[in-house]
Amino acid sequence: MEYFIQQLVNGITLGSIYGLIAIGYTMVYGIIGMINFAHGDIFMIGAFVALISFIIFGLTGVALPIILLLVLLIAMLFTACYGWTVEKLAYKPLRGSFRLAPLISALGMSIVLQNYVQVAQGARVKPMQPLISGGLEFFKNSEFIVTVSYLQIFIVILTIILMGIFTYLITKTDLGRAQRACEQDRTMTALLGINVDRTISITFIVGSSLASVAGMMFVLYYGVIDFYIGFLAGIKAFTAAVLGGIGSLPGAMLGGLLIGLIETFWAGYVSLEYKDVAAFSVLIVVLIFFPTGFLGKPDIEKV
Amino acid sequence: MEKKDIIQSFKDSLFTGLIALALFGPIVGLRTASKGEGLFITPQWGVVFLLVGLCILGRFLINLNSSRKTEITFFSKFTSKFSAITEDKAKHFAITAILFAVVFPFLPFTDRYFMDVAIMILTYIMLGWGLNIVVGLAGLLDLGYVAFYAVGAYSYALIATTFGWSFWICLPLAGLFAAFFGILLGFPVLRLRGDYLAIVTLGFGEIIRIILINWYEVTNGPDGITGIPRPSFFGLPFKRSPDEGETSFHLFFNLEYSTMHRIIFLYYLILVLALITNYFTLKIRKLPVGRAWEALREDEIACKSLGVNPTNTKLTAFAIGAMFGGFAGSFFATRQAFISPESFTFIESAIIVAIVVLGGMGSQTGVVLASIFLIGITEMFRDLEQYRMIAFGGAMVLIMVFKPKGILANRKPTILMHGDKK
Repeated sequence: MEYFIQQLVNGITLGSIYGLIAIGYTMVYGIIGMINFAHGDIFMIGAFVALISFIIFGLTGVALPIILLLVLLIAMLFTACYGWTVEKLAYKPLRGSFRLAPLISALGMSIVLQNYVQVAQGARVKPMQPLISGGLEFFKNSEFIVTVSYLQIFIVILTIILMGIFTYLITKTDLGRAQRACEQDRTMTALLGINVDRTISITFIVGSSLASVAGMMFVLYYGVIDFYIGFLAGIKAFTAAVLGGIGSLPGAMLGGLLIGLIETFWAGYVSLEYKDVAAFSVLIVVLIFFPTGFLGKPDIEKV
Repeated sequence: MEKKDIIQSFKDSLFTGLIALALFGPIVGLRTASKGEGLFITPQWGVVFLLVGLCILGRFLINLNSSRKTEITFFSKFTSKFSAITEDKAKHFAITAILFAVVFPFLPFTDRYFMDVAIMILTYIMLGWGLNIVVGLAGLLDLGYVAFYAVGAYSYALIATTFGWSFWICLPLAGLFAAFFGILLGFPVLRLRGDYLAIVTLGFGEIIRIILINWYEVTNGPDGITGIPRPSFFGLPFKRSPDEGETSFHLFFNLEYSTMHRIIFLYYLILVLALITNYFTLKIRKLPVGRAWEALREDEIACKSLGVNPTNTKLTAFAIGAMFGGFAGSFFATRQAFISPESFTFIESAIIVAIVVLGGMGSQTGVVLASIFLIGITEMFRDLEQYRMIAFGGAMVLIMVFKPKGILANRKPTILMHGDKK
């Protein structure tokens, strides 16, 4: 039982990270109907920017909460630039091209980003000392002590705050309204005087910022990153987006949580070596039997 | 050009520079390096300023050059003319290329290194042609093609090391195994739409690799399989001193022993295998099933209404593509005499997809040119390995942006109404 609770806590933490990345996939899919294959690598870039800023601020000796806030903002800002540029260079010229063109372009962009970071930052893994240590302990009398670290609490709370801001942005502001309108019908939205290109750019910026926050959490949580983390994390987050119903924002968060839980429980109870197989199998099973996910709308093919 | 325009484009370039600074500043400018315990930062501002400067300059030049549009059309005109030439003279081109490939091992400048590169290029050509059936003809983007390559290589290695059967028995078996896997994996997923299919095949590719790493009893895990038997020339092994009761190749033909014999044999082996793949593809395109593939690629709904069963049709493409992947895999295993899961990563799939896409989906000649270009030329710059992959990905993006149908776009229908030739 204690072991189960521990896995649950770990799963929720991991699920928060996946959920934040999944939002980027689902938003882009909703608005331009493509799988942004490079999104996982945007997440990786976010992790690197966060790591670099942690090292710089670590030298200054500023108080920890301020460091966290500053790193958060810096990572969001710089990673958003990457998301914006990738969209401008690789996806925007391809609107209206045949269906697989953006996917291939995204694949190329993903290879470019990965190898660019490998060249610029080196191929070795980058370890970082834990910044937030300690935690709460439960069930002290039993054999297995459940630990909820402050870091895990921080990650979950930060995710909830960001989700709150993000939901407000999408449902209540003009920007969100324009974004949702573009999802429904781009031509009609353009006719009504909304700058569709700008809205798409903003979608990429928002998605990338959220992915960069996930990257920062990843650095803090695992303490080790390399240029290759984006691939697996990206696939898992994409699975989360599909599981929750691609195009649906609450679905992405729900899917992220589920994937996090499935992965942790699989690793905890079934087999650690095959933990990545769990995510891939879920992806395949969901796509085959359940392609609309939990909260997605059925996709009708028109002639 | 008016002054206002120049100022405008200057501002635009500065903005580009600002973005470039934001992009390169942290990632390139602040290199993290481990020193003892923990990480330290080594600033590299020189590189950043160089990159930012290049971006500003590039953007400014693009803005100034108002004839940019005509240049792009010139580029596409050039490539379409090029593909038209290769199209018209396809026969001559193919014969010349095959003749060159046949005499290549005996050309005066050909040495061991050239042969190795040529064998590698031919392996990729064969993989490209195999995948072209799936991607180019049937229009199914398969990002896990390397899985079938791996299945072929491993089944060849396991059969050959366990039963000691010869290459010529193991090769078809490996191909059959790969085709079987193709059907097994393809059956549930082929109903999916294009982009979903791509992701699912990627997932399958990764699952197979993870299984290869972890299934110690059979695959020997990350250590791989060693001592895979080399192929023999119709029963004559390529050995300096053959076992008792055996005659080796050089003794039989009364030649001086040389390791080149084996290399040249391997070269011809892969050449023949690749040409079989090509011949098969060219023939099957003219059969009903091949026509159904191309029709499906163009319009699935129309096909369904005409009574073509999409799942079965796609499945044949998938299985046949997988079979050729399996053949290539067994060749790879016998050439290397050692295989491990490391050779079958996702990046390998991406390279094969890149070859097919850059060459122009569905174009057999395009695959050859793209393989020579991507594998051959970059092989010359081995030291720049990391930059090579950046160029690879960049080329994929650029081709999609400027020439989405590939360098040699060949989507000309193989059959026309009333002999209509436009």
